[in-house]
Amino acid sequence: MDLKTLTYLVVGATFLLYIIIAIKSRAGSVKAFYIADGGIHPVANGMATAADWMSAASFISMAGLIAFMGYGGSVFLMGWTGGFVILALLLAPYLRKYGKFTVPAFIGDRFYSSTARTVAVVCLIICSVTYVIGQMKGVGVAFSRFLEVDYSTGLYVGMSIVFVYAVLGGMKGITYTQIAQYCVLITAYTIPAIFISLNLTGNPFPQLGLGSTLTGSDTYLLDKLDLIVSDLGFDQYTTGVRLSGLNMFAYTLSLMIGTAGLPHVIIRFFTVPKVHDARTSAGWALVFIAILYTTAPAVAGMARLNFIQTLEPEPGQHLVYEERPQWFKNWEKTGLLAFEDKNGDGRIQYSADKSANEMVKVDQDIMVLANPEIAQLPNWVIALVAAGGLAAALSTAAGLLLTIASAISHDLLKGIIAPGISDKQELLAGRLAMVLAILGAGYLGLNPPDFAAGTVALAFGLAASSIFPALMMGIFSKRINKEGAIAGMIAGIGITLFYVFQHKGIMFIAETAYLGDMPANWFLGIEPNAFGAVGALVNFAVAFAVSAVTAPPPQRIRDLVEHVRVPAEASTTPS
Amino acid sequence: MAGLTEQRARDYWRRNLLLMLKLLTIWFIVSFGFGIILVDTLNQIQIGGYKLGFWFAQQGSVYVFVVLIFYYAKKMDALDREFDVHEDQD
Repeated sequence: MDLKTLTYLVVGATFLLYIIIAIKSRAGSVKAFYIADGGIHPVANGMATAADWMSAASFISMAGLIAFMGYGGSVFLMGWTGGFVILALLLAPYLRKYGKFTVPAFIGDRFYSSTARTVAVVCLIICSVTYVIGQMKGVGVAFSRFLEVDYSTGLYVGMSIVFVYAVLGGMKGITYTQIAQYCVLITAYTIPAIFISLNLTGNPFPQLGLGSTLTGSDTYLLDKLDLIVSDLGFDQYTTGVRLSGLNMFAYTLSLMIGTAGLPHVIIRFFTVPKVHDARTSAGWALVFIAILYTTAPAVAGMARLNFIQTLEPEPGQHLVYEERPQWFKNWEKTGLLAFEDKNGDGRIQYSADKSANEMVKVDQDIMVLANPEIAQLPNWVIALVAAGGLAAALSTAAGLLLTIASAISHDLLKGIIAPGISDKQELLAGRLAMVLAILGAGYLGLNPPDFAAGTVALAFGLAASSIFPALMMGIFSKRINKEGAIAGMIAGIGITLFYVFQHKGIMFIAETAYLGDMPANWFLGIEPNAFGAVGALVNFAVAFAVSAVTAPPPQRIRDLVEHVRVPAEASTTPS
Repeated sequence: MAGLTEQRARDYWRRNLLLMLKLLTIWFIVSFGFGIILVDTLNQIQIGGYKLGFWFAQQGSVYVFVVLIFYYAKKMDALDREFDVHEDQD
C-alpha cells in the first residue's frame, strides 16, 4: 500500500474514533457541558490535560527548536513543565474547591465585582484567541503536508471534526476525545524516537540514548554533536545560551507562570471530583507530558546529528547534491528544505557562516516531520506521525474553544448580561457560543494575521501577566481588593502588550515598531516573548499598592478565602 | 467555618505554606539554579554523556517536578486528616 493511502487510512481511523466518542458522550446539562459533570478520574484527567496542553507546537516544532538552539532550548522544556508545579501547589486545588465553571467566575466572586469578571474575560479571550490561531494553522499545515490536500480543505475537515465533538459533547466530549488523542500522539512521538535512539546508540530509551556512546565507538553522542556543530561554526550544542542567562531566566519564568495561568489548562482541573484529585491529577498530567518532554531533547540532539552527518559524513567530505536521499527530495518539494549551490561544486556545504552556507532553508519542523524517513522507518510510522500531529493540534484547539465559549455563555451572558436565563437556555447558548468560536477560529486560521507565528509564545506572556497574578492573590491574600485586582490585571497585560508592540510593531506590523526589534533597546536584554515575567511583577506591585490605599474587602470575601483554603469543612465532632 | 477554630485554620494554612515554600525552593534550585544560574559549574561534572548542568536543564528538572507534585499531594492528604478537613467524611 502506498504511503498516501495508508496515511488516509490511519488518520481516517483516528477521526472515526473521535466521532464515536463524541456520540457516546453527549452533554445533557450545563455541568456536563462546562466541566464534564465534575466526574473525571484524576489519571484520565491527567491524560486529557496532557493532550489539552501539548499543542501542534509541542509536537511538531519544539524538538526542532531545541535541535537548533541546543542548551538554549531548555527554556521550553523547563518552562512548559515547571508551570505544572506552580499550578498544582498554588492554584488548582483551591480553584477546584471553589467549584465554579470558569476562571473569570472565580475572579468575579473573589473580587466582588462584575468589572473584575469582565476584565478577566477580556484577558482570557486575548490569550486563548492568540493561542487558537496557532492551532488552526497547525491543523491546516498538518493536513497539507501529510495528506496533500490544500491548506483550506484541511482546515475545514479539522473544524468539522472539532465541531462534532465540542458542540455535542462540550467538556465531556472533549475530555474523552483528548484521552484518545493523547494515546495517538504519544505513540506517534515515541516510536520514531525509540528507533532513532536504537540506531544511533543501541539504547531503546531516548532519554538514556542521548547520554550514551554512539554505536561502535566510545565517543559520547553529545560530545560528537558538540564537536561537529562547533566545526561548522555554530554554538556548542550543550552550552550555547539563548541571548543571556538573565533572558533565559525571564523566559523560563514567563513560560512557567504563563502555563499556570492559561485558562484552558486550569479549567481541566474543575472536572475532577475532589480537591485531593486536583492535586494528584496535576502530577499525572505532568507524568504524561514528561514522556514527550524528556523524549523531545533526545529527538532534537539525534536529529541534528543525523542531519549534519547526512550532509557531511566525514569532515570536509560534502554530500553530492545529486546523491541526496529521498527524504531530502520529498521535503525540498514542500519548501521546508532548500539548497543553493553557491560555489557551484555540486556538493552541499552546510555552515553557520551565512555567506558560505548552501542550505539556505532548513525549517525547524523538519526535525520531527522527517524523522521517520531519516531513520528509514516503515510507512505506517510516517502515517502515525501525521495522525499524531493532527491529534495534538485538534485536542488543544478544542480545549481553547471550550474556554472561549464558556467565557461568553457563562461569564458574559449568564453572569452579567442575562442572569435570569434557565439552565436549558444557557446550555443552548453554550453550544451557540461554541459554534461561533469555531467559525471565528476557522476564519482566523484561513486568514492568519501576519503575526500568527509569534502569537503562541505571546499567549503565555499575556496569561502570566494578567490571569495568574489575579488568581494567586485571590487565594493567598485577603487584603487584595477589587480596585487592586482590576488595576493589577490591566497594568500587567497592558505593559506586556506595550513592550511587545514597541519592539514587534503594533499588532505586529513591523513598521510600527517604534523602538525597533533590536536587542540594544530591550529592557535588560529581555526578549519580548520573555517579558511576561516582568508583566506579572508589575501586576503584583500595582495590585498591592492600589489595595493598600483603598478599602479592604468585606468580611464575606475574607470568609470566602478561608473557605477555598481547606478541602472540606471540619466535621462537627472535634477530633 | 464550622468546626475549625480560627487558630486551627491559621495553623493549617501556615503548615501548608511552609510545605509549599520548601517544595518551591527545590523547584527553583533544580531549574533556575542547576539549569541556568549554576549551569557552567555543574557542567564540569559529567555523568555518562551528559554534562550535569545540561542534564538538569533538559531532563533532571522535569523528573524532579513530577516527584514534587506527588509528594505535595501525599503530604497534604496527611495534613488534611490531621486537621480533620479531608474530604469524604462520614
